[in-house]
Amino acid sequence: MLIIGGGIVGASLAAGMAGRGAKVCVLDGGDTDLRAARANFGLVWVQSKGHDMPAYGRWTRQSADLWPDFSEELADRTGFDLQLSQKGGLSFCVGEEELEQKRSRIARLHNQREPWSADIHVLERAELEALLPGVRLGAKVAGASFCPQDGDCDPLALLRALHATLAFQNVALHRDTKAERIARENGVFRVGTAKGAFAAPRLILAAGHGSRELAPQVGLAAPIRAQRGQILVTERMQSFLPYTGDTIRQTGDGTVMIGATHEDVGFDLGTTADGGAELARHATEVFPDLAQAKLVRTWAGLRVLTPDGCPLYAESETHEGAALVTCHSGVTLAAAHARLLAPALLAGRLGEAFAPFGPARFGKGDDVSQAA
Amino acid sequence: MMFRKPPEAAAGLITAYVQGRPVQVNAGESAAAAAMLAGLVATRYSPVSGAPRAPYCMMGICFECLMVIDGIASRQACLVPVQEGMRIEPQDGRRSLAP
Repeated sequence: MLIIGGGIVGASLAAGMAGRGAKVCVLDGGDTDLRAARANFGLVWVQSKGHDMPAYGRWTRQSADLWPDFSEELADRTGFDLQLSQKGGLSFCVGEEELEQKRSRIARLHNQREPWSADIHVLERAELEALLPGVRLGAKVAGASFCPQDGDCDPLALLRALHATLAFQNVALHRDTKAERIARENGVFRVGTAKGAFAAPRLILAAGHGSRELAPQVGLAAPIRAQRGQILVTERMQSFLPYTGDTIRQTGDGTVMIGATHEDVGFDLGTTADGGAELARHATEVFPDLAQAKLVRTWAGLRVLTPDGCPLYAESETHEGAALVTCHSGVTLAAAHARLLAPALLAGRLGEAFAPFGPARFGKGDDVSQAA
Repeated sequence: MMFRKPPEAAAGLITAYVQGRPVQVNAGESAAAAAMLAGLVATRYSPVSGAPRAPYCMMGICFECLMVIDGIASRQACLVPVQEGMRIEPQDGRRSLAP
């Protein structure tokens, strides 16, 4: 099995497949590629998934439930502490209108009558205050939504642990070996790179933004677009936020991460004063005392988004043995990708369970330009 | 402020407080200089290892001299000109959220 892409998605699949005895080889790109695996918020995030696709909500929750064991296995094998914490996640609402919108979103989720989402609920301001004793909330904070299964981890430790696992499994991980073109000859895929050709009877595309150009070469479409997220990082502070959050979270080291913008700027990884100001405004509206914190870094990553934001798992009809895996939530879904998707892909038939994530939902000719 | 003349004694002495103890320093000196004049060996303790640290580069690059100055944490003491009555405290590990 040849996997194109050694980021969190590709490496999770490779580890899952190698763990089931498959002979796996991974081709990874260069350091300056658009690596979402090296620029993300590190969330294992459930509460906002699946409003328009119940299967995505279930799948996400399944992965969150697998995460503790998945993380422990990686730590045991590699010695990397992934700093997984799943105490629940907060999505802060500034102003009553935001809280009302959150309330109706959650009601819509509950109307699906999916057991996995029953625990997600809204916290009024007083309940939020009770959850964060001794922490001053901004005057406009109306409340938050809370999901007990939400968590976070150190995504760089996750990536390193996955790569270390691959070494342990004797999976060849070829770095700085960007796949340039794919041909199929006599039922074997040949992937051309600057370092020579790699051949295998089966192929998985997990190259993030790089999949867009590669997919048509094996009869697939990867209608994905980039969305920039800028992030602010503060100095290390005493722990005040034991729960994770989708806009503000504190790492085990005490660093506060504030994110993230949603910008359509193509493949521009730059940061802007306006973006930083927007993030700082939100963070200080929620926790006014953060105004005193020193910022030590700001950076940006590019989300990998399908037209509906949900994962796309597709097997090629014209090039048997080739498949595409792409999603926005590579960290959240890492456990499910390694433990559940990898064996299904190995079996060569994704089947009914994965049908909701197939390409049929986009229709023919549906592309980013129309969907965005 | 890339270049400046060294402070001269003629500029006059002022009193700052390092860990509550008064210290006489030349006007124009930095808070880090005042801390060292006061005999403070560790001006901060690392938030990661807890190790004692002291001013090193004295020109704003190394961030080793982070101190709590007049109640504000994580200030680069080597870049803060000392003021009459200034309170200069070592920073012990991570700063707190609340002032």
